[in-house]
Amino acid sequence: MSSNEDPKPKDVTEEAHSPSSKGGGGGAYLLLFFLIGLALSMVVGWGIFPKVLYSTKSQPFDFNHKLHLEQVDDSCQSCHFLREDGTFSGAPRLAQCIDCHEQKEREVPWLIYARQPDCVFFSHAAHIKGAGVDCVTCHGNTGTSESLRTYQENRITGYSRDIWGHSIAGIKHNTWDRMKMDDCAACHKDSGSHESSVQTGRDACFVCHK
Amino acid sequence: MKLSRRCFLSLVAGGAAGTALSPLPWKLADDSSIWSQNWPWTPVPPDGEGTYTLSTCTLCPGGCGINVRKIDDRAIKIEGAKDHPLNDGGVCMLGLSGLQMLYGPTRIQTPLKRAGDRGQGQWKPISWEQAIGEVAQKLGDLRGLGKPQSLACIAAKDTGTVGRLLRRFMSAYGSPNFFRMPSVEDAYEAAIYITQGAIGSAGTDVNNADFILSFGSALLDGYGSPVRVFRANSRLKELNGTVVQVEPRLSNTAAKADKWLAVKPGSEADLALAMAHVIISNNAMNQTFIADQVEGFEAFARMVQEKYAPETAAGKTGLSVDVISEWAMKFASARRPLALYGKGKGQVPGSLKEALAVHALNALVGNINAEGGVWALPAYDYINWPDIETDSVAAAGLQTPRMDGAGTDKYPHARYLTHRIAAGAEGIEALLVAESNPCFSLPNVQAIRTAFEKIPFVVSFSSFMDETAMNADLILPNHTYLERYEDVPVTAGVTQPTVGLCRPVVEPLYKTRHLGDSILQIAKAMKGTVAGAFPWEDYESCLKLTLAGHWETLEEKGVITAAGYAPGGFETASGKFMLMNDDQGAVYMADDVATEGNGNEYPLVLIPYDSIRLASRYVGAAPFMIKTVSDAVIKGQDGYVEINPETAKTLGLADGQLATLTTPVGTAKVGIHYDEGIMPGVVAMPRGLGHTAYDRFLAGKGVNVNELIGFVEDPASGLDAAYGIGAKLA
Repeated sequence: MSSNEDPKPKDVTEEAHSPSSKGGGGGAYLLLFFLIGLALSMVVGWGIFPKVLYSTKSQPFDFNHKLHLEQVDDSCQSCHFLREDGTFSGAPRLAQCIDCHEQKEREVPWLIYARQPDCVFFSHAAHIKGAGVDCVTCHGNTGTSESLRTYQENRITGYSRDIWGHSIAGIKHNTWDRMKMDDCAACHKDSGSHESSVQTGRDACFVCHK
Repeated sequence: MKLSRRCFLSLVAGGAAGTALSPLPWKLADDSSIWSQNWPWTPVPPDGEGTYTLSTCTLCPGGCGINVRKIDDRAIKIEGAKDHPLNDGGVCMLGLSGLQMLYGPTRIQTPLKRAGDRGQGQWKPISWEQAIGEVAQKLGDLRGLGKPQSLACIAAKDTGTVGRLLRRFMSAYGSPNFFRMPSVEDAYEAAIYITQGAIGSAGTDVNNADFILSFGSALLDGYGSPVRVFRANSRLKELNGTVVQVEPRLSNTAAKADKWLAVKPGSEADLALAMAHVIISNNAMNQTFIADQVEGFEAFARMVQEKYAPETAAGKTGLSVDVISEWAMKFASARRPLALYGKGKGQVPGSLKEALAVHALNALVGNINAEGGVWALPAYDYINWPDIETDSVAAAGLQTPRMDGAGTDKYPHARYLTHRIAAGAEGIEALLVAESNPCFSLPNVQAIRTAFEKIPFVVSFSSFMDETAMNADLILPNHTYLERYEDVPVTAGVTQPTVGLCRPVVEPLYKTRHLGDSILQIAKAMKGTVAGAFPWEDYESCLKLTLAGHWETLEEKGVITAAGYAPGGFETASGKFMLMNDDQGAVYMADDVATEGNGNEYPLVLIPYDSIRLASRYVGAAPFMIKTVSDAVIKGQDGYVEINPETAKTLGLADGQLATLTTPVGTAKVGIHYDEGIMPGVVAMPRGLGHTAYDRFLAGKGVNVNELIGFVEDPASGLDAAYGIGAKLA
C-alpha cells in the first residue's frame, strides 16, 4: 500500500504543522472564534436574512371578508368562482364588486397571497369539485377575517411569503401554513391521488408542471 | 492577543457551520431557482378570463373562419373556426401569425403627414380632423379644376361593402380609375365570361374531384382558399386519387404529387392544348356533354389538330409525346377530373390563352358546372344601394376612358390593368391606396415607385408602415382586421357562395379609423353629390343596413354559406358552353407570351414562386413565418436562388457562393443554392422577401423578386402574363 511504501514525507508534514511548534493562540481561542463565527452567522441566517428577504406591502384597501361573507348567498364562490370553462376567477374583478357596489372606475390591484410561480399548473376545479377540498384547507380562515394581513413580498422571486410559509424554518402547524411542492405532494400522498405516472411509476411531475 | 491566521480560519469555519445550520443557503437556493424561471423577457401568459371571438381572416383572399382566444382584453391565439365551410378548424401559418401584426411594431398609430422627402420616413402626427380635412380639400380642388378623372384608387378587392364603398366614392367623385390588385381572378373572370357568359368568379370543386391536373397551382403553398385546398389534397391521397403537377420546379406540391410534369416555363398552354388534341384524337371526351352543351367543338378540334399536335408540344414543353399522351388519357378517363389554372398562389393573372386552354380541358371531360369540376360562381348581389346621383363634374369625369385601357375595344376581356401604373402614371394627380402594397407587390417595383414619385398626392390607408405607406404623403391608418367589422365575400375558388364576417376581437389599440369610416367622412366633408351618395351615419350602420336580414346569422355563426348552391345553365346567347368562337379564336391565335430579355444576353429564365411560409400581398410575412424559412432560401440577410447544379457548374458558380443576378429590369446580389429539383436553365426565387419597409424581422432579408421581374402583357387580354424573365448570373 502506498502509505507503507514511503512513510517519511507524512512525518515531515506533521512535524512542520504541529500545533505546539508555534505560539499565537491555543485551542480555546480557536473554539472561541469558531463560536463567534457560528453565532454571528446564526443571527444573520435566522434573524436578519428573513427581514431583508421580504418587503412589506399593504393591500390597496383593508377588505373585510367576514362582513362580505355575511352579505352574500353563495359563500366564497360568490366572489371567487369557477368560470364556465373550468378556470378559476381568483381575486375578484371590478365586475364582481359592482354587482353590489356603485360603479367604480378602475380595477383594484390586489396583492395575491396564494399566487404560485408560473411553472405550476394548479386547477381549482380538480381540487374543489373533483376532490371536494375545502377552501380552508389551503387558504386558512381568510373568509372569517376582518382585515387583510400585511403582504410580504419575496424580493428575489416576487411571490408572497405565504408560499414558503411564515416560519423561515418551514415549520407548519396547519395545512394552509405553507404551499410548497412538498405540501402538495404530502396531501396527494395522503389522499392517494395521482400516485404514479405511467412513465416513471413515481408521483407524476406533469400533473402540475406542464 | 494577536489575531492569528488560525483564529480567522476558525471564525470562517464557525460562520460556515452557522450558515449551514440557518435557513439562509437553502432558502436562497430555492428562491434563486424560482427567480431564474422568471426572467423579465420570458413571455408569461396573462391571467384572466378566457373567451373566444369568432371572426374571419382577411390576410389573404381565402376567407377562412377564425376563432380568436382572448384572456381578458388581450388576444392570445388564433385558431381555425370549427365547422366553418371552408377551413373547418384548420388555419395556415399566416392566419396563425395575425397577432404579430396586431401587436407588432410596424403598426401606424395615428394619422401621419409626410415631413421630409418621400420615402425618408419622416412623419408628423396629425389629428383625424386634419387628415380628413386635407384629403377632402385636395380632392375638392381637383374637382374644382374639372379633373375628377385624375383621382385613382388601388385596392385589394372590389367586392364587399368596403370595396364597394371605395368604388362608389370614385363614381360619385367622377373617376373611372379604380384599380384592383392583379390576381388570377382577372384571367378566370375573363375565361368564365367568354365561355359561359357568366359574370362572376370560378369555383373549383377540389373537394369532389378524384384527379387534379394542376398547371402550376401551389396546392400546398397557398393556392385558392389555402386550408380548403390543403384538405382537398389530403382527401385525394386518402382516396387514392391522383394529383399531377405541371411546373418547372420541384415545389412542395410537385414533390407530394403523384406525377410531376416538369415543363419549360411558359409552355403550359401548349401542354394543355396538346392534351386536348390527344383526348379528341382518341375520342375520349365526354360525348354527351359535348353534344348537348358545347358550341364550337368542331372549330376547337380543328384548331388543336392543326396547331397543337403532341409532337409540337413535346418540343416546346420538354416532355415526351408518350408522357403527354399518357397523362392526357389518364385525365380523360378519371371519374371526376379537374384541371386547375393559376400559378403559385395566383398572384399574377397569367395568359388568357392558358386560362382558356385549361378551361377547355375541363369542358372536354364535361366537368363544367358539375360536381368535382369548375363552377361559375355568380357575383355577390347582397349589396343593394341606391343609385348615385352624379353632378356634371362627375358625369364628365366618368365619360373619360380608363387610364389603363381596360375594357376598351383593344382589351375587352380585362376589367383592370393595374400593372400599367408601372408604365407611367401621367394623368394621376391623386391616388388612394387601400389594403394593398403596390410599391412591393406589383412587378417592376422600381418603375412603380418612380410612377408614384410623379403623383403629386398619395394617400395610404395602410395599418402598417409598408413600402407604399413609406411613399405616401398622408397616411390615414385603418384598423387591422382584428379590430374591425367587415363583410368578406369569398371568391378564392369556392363553389358555394360564402360571406364571412370579420369582427372586432379587441378594441382598436391605436388612434386608427375604419377605412369605411374614413371614406364616408371624406365624402361628407366634400359635400354636394359626393356626400349625398353616402347616406349612412357610419360604416357599422352601413354594414348592418346592407346585410339586413343576414346580420343576425352572421353575428351568430360568423359566416353565411349558400350550401347546396348549384350553378344553372350557361348564360351565353345559345345557352351552351362556348368552346370556340371569334373571341376565343383571337385569343388562341395571339402570339405566345414571351419573356423580357433575349436568349443571348440573358441565357437563363428567372421564375418567381410562392411559399406558404411567406406572404406577398397586402401584409408581409410575420416573424413567426420568417423563422420557418429554410436557410436554402435566406441565410443571414442574403436571399438564395434555386439553380440546377448542371447549369450552375457551366456558369462556374459554386453552391453557397454569392453572385450577381441581372435581368432587363434590375440587378441583385443573391446566393446560389444547388437544387436538382429545378429544370436546367431556370432560376427560381420566392415572392415576399426583400422588404425595405416593415420591421427588422422582415426588412432587408433577401431580394424582392418584383425588383427583377417586369410585367409582360398578354397579347390577347392585356393582363400581366409574365411567368418569368430572362436573366444572367455572374
